[in-house]
Amino acid sequence: MNWHEIGIIEDIPARGARCVTTPQGRIGVFRTAENEIYAIEDHCPHRGGPLSQGIVHGASVTCPLHNWVFSLETGKALGADEGAVKTIPVRVIDGCILLGLESTLMAAE
Amino acid sequence: MIGREMTAMTEKLVIIGNGMAPGRMLEHLLEAAPGRYEITIFNAEPRVNYDRIMLSPVLSGEKSFEEIVIHGDGWYIANGIMLYKGHRIVAIDREAKTVTSDHGVKEPYDKLVIATGSVPFIIPVSGNDLPGVLTYRDLDDVNAMLLAAQSRQKAVVIGGGLLGLEAAAGLKDRGMEVTVLHVMPTLMERQLDPAAGYLLQRAVEARGIKVVTKANTKQIAGNGRVEGVELDDGTIIPATLVVMAVGIRPNATLAKDAGLTVNRGIVTDDQMRTLDPDIFALGECVEVGGHVYGLVAPLYQMARVAAAALAETGEERFAHVDTPTKLKVTGIDLYSVGDFADGDDREEIVLRDASAGVYKRVVLKDDRIIGTVLFGETADGAWFADLQKKQTDISEMRDTLIFGQAFQGGASADPLAAVAALADDAEICGCNGVCKGKIISTITSKGLTSLNDVRAHTKASASCGTCTGLVEKLMQLSLGASYNPTAIQPMCACTELGHDEVRRLIKAKQLKTIPAVMQELEWKTSCGCAKCRPALNYYLVADWPDEYADDYQSRFVNERVHANIQKDGTYSVVPRMWGGVTSSKELRAIADVVDKFAIPTVKVTGGQRIDMLGIRKEDLPAVWADLGQAGFVSGHAYAKGLRTVKTCVGSDWCRFGTQDSTGLGIRIEKFMWGSWTPAKVKMAVSGCPRNCAEATCKDVGVICVDSGFEIHFAGAAGLDIKGTEVLGLVKTEDEALEVIVALTQMYREQARYLERIYKWAKRIGYDEVRRQVLDDVERRKAFYDRFVHSQKFAQVDPWSERVSGKDKHEFQPMAALSFQQAAE
Repeated sequence: MNWHEIGIIEDIPARGARCVTTPQGRIGVFRTAENEIYAIEDHCPHRGGPLSQGIVHGASVTCPLHNWVFSLETGKALGADEGAVKTIPVRVIDGCILLGLESTLMAAE
Repeated sequence: MIGREMTAMTEKLVIIGNGMAPGRMLEHLLEAAPGRYEITIFNAEPRVNYDRIMLSPVLSGEKSFEEIVIHGDGWYIANGIMLYKGHRIVAIDREAKTVTSDHGVKEPYDKLVIATGSVPFIIPVSGNDLPGVLTYRDLDDVNAMLLAAQSRQKAVVIGGGLLGLEAAAGLKDRGMEVTVLHVMPTLMERQLDPAAGYLLQRAVEARGIKVVTKANTKQIAGNGRVEGVELDDGTIIPATLVVMAVGIRPNATLAKDAGLTVNRGIVTDDQMRTLDPDIFALGECVEVGGHVYGLVAPLYQMARVAAAALAETGEERFAHVDTPTKLKVTGIDLYSVGDFADGDDREEIVLRDASAGVYKRVVLKDDRIIGTVLFGETADGAWFADLQKKQTDISEMRDTLIFGQAFQGGASADPLAAVAALADDAEICGCNGVCKGKIISTITSKGLTSLNDVRAHTKASASCGTCTGLVEKLMQLSLGASYNPTAIQPMCACTELGHDEVRRLIKAKQLKTIPAVMQELEWKTSCGCAKCRPALNYYLVADWPDEYADDYQSRFVNERVHANIQKDGTYSVVPRMWGGVTSSKELRAIADVVDKFAIPTVKVTGGQRIDMLGIRKEDLPAVWADLGQAGFVSGHAYAKGLRTVKTCVGSDWCRFGTQDSTGLGIRIEKFMWGSWTPAKVKMAVSGCPRNCAEATCKDVGVICVDSGFEIHFAGAAGLDIKGTEVLGLVKTEDEALEVIVALTQMYREQARYLERIYKWAKRIGYDEVRRQVLDDVERRKAFYDRFVHSQKFAQVDPWSERVSGKDKHEFQPMAALSFQQAAE
């Protein structure tokens, strides 16, 4: 597991999300109203919607394409829908956000 | 001639007072003996009959006066009743059989009904007549309190009974700092035992209202107007408003002057007749069987009895029944009925749940219930009251009695089953004395399907409304799945409240942020969900245009990014083309943007616009920058807002055109762009009835004709197909614009989020829309002005804002990670 610094908490609006691009696909990084940070795959298993662009409520997000709701903690679809996205380990140290990824990556530029 | 003969045969009935009791009596009388009397009413209040028990919700802002009117002006006209408003009767001449009003009107009677009600008790201390000292009795008092509340200063309510506490809660909701003074050690001591009084005090205090018990008022201080209340112990409580709510006494002076027997109230027999056989009395001014009454249920019983006597239809007699007390303060559940004083011959069963704030006490005598006090959980009130009324022997269920009906005889805890298990003669509506059997049989025999119908036919839940839930359950039982209680369809799983209640409470409680709405309306989730947040955000934008800051995180992605998300996560962009008119310069700019950003698809839309599809999110600000250079602003093709105004070429080019439809379309679009609405709004203007702009399937459409502009609304051509309704014909373009703007504003203020105009208009009635925006010119102007005001804050081009850097984070990844280079 390698830890990659991607920015600080304030880069993400509360009850909002940003995305991080990686060679393995996009990752959505979420900040809840309580300032918890979560990261999940930015790709809805239903039709590939960008979850980082959905509405964030509690520790969950609603996909902007067809309103599937996912738990940010477990990555599992909530309610009647079935499916899951991968969750990515997150550490917050002194306000900096780090993602734990299997491969060795670096920030571009 | 015929009229005169009829008059000669008809007896004259005169009623003094126009409160709830005589109003109800008239309903019974008109039903039992229509045309029997020529009826005249003298009302000291300058208005029609209204639901006085609902004054507290008017004070707190949960209802408007119009909503609590029982009989509007039309009712008196339809029933041929002469109503003198603002006339106080000053004398009754029993010899001549006439009454005289303070304006000098003298009216003869054959039968007279005195319903002068009660007057508030004013405590005899100095300063009780200072300006700023009010009572709580009628709409004038409420209006005076509302005026005083605007200062947001301090209020003292003297009296911790039903009325005082409701007044205190209402004033608190209106933003005043409120102290309640109560002379006894616990609140509502006549209806509650000390334990429940204590819980009530805690609940009242939790709402931010100060309570002082054992408080004896020495005097009301002030120089020229009220400044405070001084207690016996010397404490001075500052106040700019003092409300006296220490009780009422029957208003019997007029009857006494006329020589009728008066003790505490006007004495009547059990048919509501005074010692003069042609004079009846009913309501709070009456003493019958040694009792005087202040709650509505016995007053309505008097109304029924008096009507039967006047109609000479039956031998109804008034009989005393204990009436349950309920407090109408939102969020405090309290129920009490009967006698609950301690005594050697009595036993009691008590249940307390401190953490839930629940207290239940049932007082027994000889294995029969004689009193019940419920606090915090009152659903079983009707059941306990029924056991008490029927004198049921409860020894069999003694062990589980206090847990309520759901725990008896294996009945399930399902609330529907509990209602099903109630006996047919169990009272459902205490105010109007309506039992379960009557409601069920009326629903079945009259084929009723809506709550309003049931209220209209049975009166159940039509007064204080606390039994509405029970009535709805009865409807569910009788109608099964066909009953759809749309009135209480919650907004989402985060709340029990429906859209309409939420909208009403946002205004009434002056809630101006999403957290405030969720806190005050007791949302069940910490920060809502993707259904309620965008709705609340819209309601707040619409209701407080100059105060509320749009909550970006509660908007659907399209309205955050100001473009339409596509299935692959790219976006489409539609620049505004006013009225669908464009130019070579604009087309060239679009062509350049398409080339520069390699936009894969360009398409003409149904609304006469050009759509560029497949743009990457990161490119959006640059695309807008180029489009902005050419003079384009956002077309809002993504918004719950004004989308497009489609036009035909009209009188400029068309040989059939009657008016400048293109010009009007552009004018409407330039006036209304940028406004947020509950759902998208599409408009069109056609220059003649051939209707080339297809205006008759739009949310709002205009068909130009020689004589002016025919305005249409409530069309649809999407999931549903529906031709428009005609709103009306106006002569000038200015009028057309004003009506269209007013219609849109009415929709903005009244519809539910995501409800298109055609659904909203069908729900509230096309005539109602016509009435508010076409017939009522003043209201139309007010809608128009409010729209214009809100446009000051809404007409900002979101694209140019974002080109200049707003919400920059939205369009860039937070970070881009790539494989580490071997060299490093």
